[in-house]
Amino acid sequence: MSWLPFLVDGLLLGSTLALGAVGLTLTYSILGFANFTHGDLITWGAYFVLSLLLAWTAATGGGLGRLGPLSFGWPFLAALAVAMILTGAVGLALDRVLFRPLQRHGAQIVLVIASFGASLALRYGLAFVYGPEPAYYTREIQLAAPVVPGLPAVRATPDQLFVLGLTAVLVVGLHLLLTRTTLGRAMRAVSENPALARMVGVDPLAVARWTWLLGGALAAVAGVFVGLTVQVRPWLGFDLLLPLFAATILGGVGSVYGAVLGGLLIGLAEAFAVPLVGAEYRAAVAFMVLLVVLLIRPRGILGTHE
Amino acid sequence: MSDGAQRDPDVPATRDGLALEARDLVAGYEPGLPIVQGASLTARPREVVAVLGPNGSGKSTLVKAIVGLLPVTAGTVEFFGRDITGLPAHQLVRQGLVFVPQTENVFARLTVRENLELAAAVLPGPRRRGRIESQYALFPDLGRLRTLAAGRLSGGQRQMLAVARALVVEPRVLILDEPSAGLAPRLAAVVFDTLRTVRALGVTIVLVEQNVRAAVALADRATVLVEGRDRLTRAAAGFLEDAEVARLYLGGPGARAR
Repeated sequence: MSWLPFLVDGLLLGSTLALGAVGLTLTYSILGFANFTHGDLITWGAYFVLSLLLAWTAATGGGLGRLGPLSFGWPFLAALAVAMILTGAVGLALDRVLFRPLQRHGAQIVLVIASFGASLALRYGLAFVYGPEPAYYTREIQLAAPVVPGLPAVRATPDQLFVLGLTAVLVVGLHLLLTRTTLGRAMRAVSENPALARMVGVDPLAVARWTWLLGGALAAVAGVFVGLTVQVRPWLGFDLLLPLFAATILGGVGSVYGAVLGGLLIGLAEAFAVPLVGAEYRAAVAFMVLLVVLLIRPRGILGTHE
Repeated sequence: MSDGAQRDPDVPATRDGLALEARDLVAGYEPGLPIVQGASLTARPREVVAVLGPNGSGKSTLVKAIVGLLPVTAGTVEFFGRDITGLPAHQLVRQGLVFVPQTENVFARLTVRENLELAAAVLPGPRRRGRIESQYALFPDLGRLRTLAAGRLSGGQRQMLAVARALVVEPRVLILDEPSAGLAPRLAAVVFDTLRTVRALGVTIVLVEQNVRAAVALADRATVLVEGRDRLTRAAAGFLEDAEVARLYLGGPGARAR
């Protein structure tokens, strides 16, 4: 079972893709266009945390503390929370100054191309300020330990387990939000039928604002996952964009649960590609999975859109 | 509906006592291409008004412009004496003007209960549950199917849900766009029975219909639209025998009284 050690890798990438794809699928179905800035919102989330941690150590002169076996302490968790809000605010600002004015002109392709341009600006803005070199939240080396009794090949570091656990918590929270709250039902209503949603009293602009906030916040978490388990680079989110779109389409555009499932599947497919066909083919394998699924189910696994 | 008397207290006394008055409305889907070309429509409180007319006469466009779904180029809309011209649909719902569109009028991916909960969200928190429960009492079928996705309901049940969802907010005026369209005659009869129930609650109803006989049987008055203008308004009693009506329908392009 030579592929077993790659299970944790796949789940980690899958968690990142799942949280990113949820935001992408929400913005696509509620705002009505493929948002290429989503990858860069992920990057900005990672850099917000980096900046906040740098500011914290500069201000206090102290370290970042430790929480049990994790490589970080509560300042990191606080920075993550603030970064979620700030990244949501970046999404809101983009909507306000760019997408909403353009939306009045109608054509979807205009929005897609504008988002491509904004994506470049966001990415190179970071590269200009922070430089292209990778950065790390912590220099600490963590040891991976077996996590499943009887399967010594499945090893993970405490930070990696934190990522998997937080993903599970966020997905459950998102499920509760979408099914138990007025905002969640309104978001599902707008994604299915925006005109009818207005007729039952849903303010479409309010729902759009919450969609940017929520999508941005989840993107920030995805970015911080990459920063925590790999490294922080100005291109980290952009490099995720293709697998993110693959995950969104695989799960069925507009389906939040599909996005989570699609993210995990693409993440696992990429990770298992390494021992099975070689690391250089991992991106291709993810897209092979996508193609095969779409040939069988053109709407994606959980999609309902025609 | 026992709590039907709870109304927005700050609505001023109505001029001429009208619930709804559209005056000389001009509206359409695209600027410069008006489909409604100076149409007027009134409804008194507790009245049922049928909006009739041949295909393409602008009936749907007229009511969509009234409820804020289409831009109004000229003319005014008053709701209990208050000018609501051009207000967006989601704000009018909060004032008690509710529209049920002809097709795709339920959220297929939401359950029956979630459809009702979504509508109830415009009400103050404590009243929501009771308003939803009273819909289940009014439409026992919906109560039975409350956990089912609305997309799995039959055509008649969907119309029932669409009407129930409109009633959740205790509308003062309910506007329906061809609620019987596309339904088998037996199901269409169920929909009209539903509307009779709504009428008995004292809700003002504006009903756009192709089915002239069924609409007139339910209505107090009927307005006939031809080519984007209101051509005549008559009491529903004797409407089908009216010579002017016969002339309009038989003479009108491509339609007649069914």
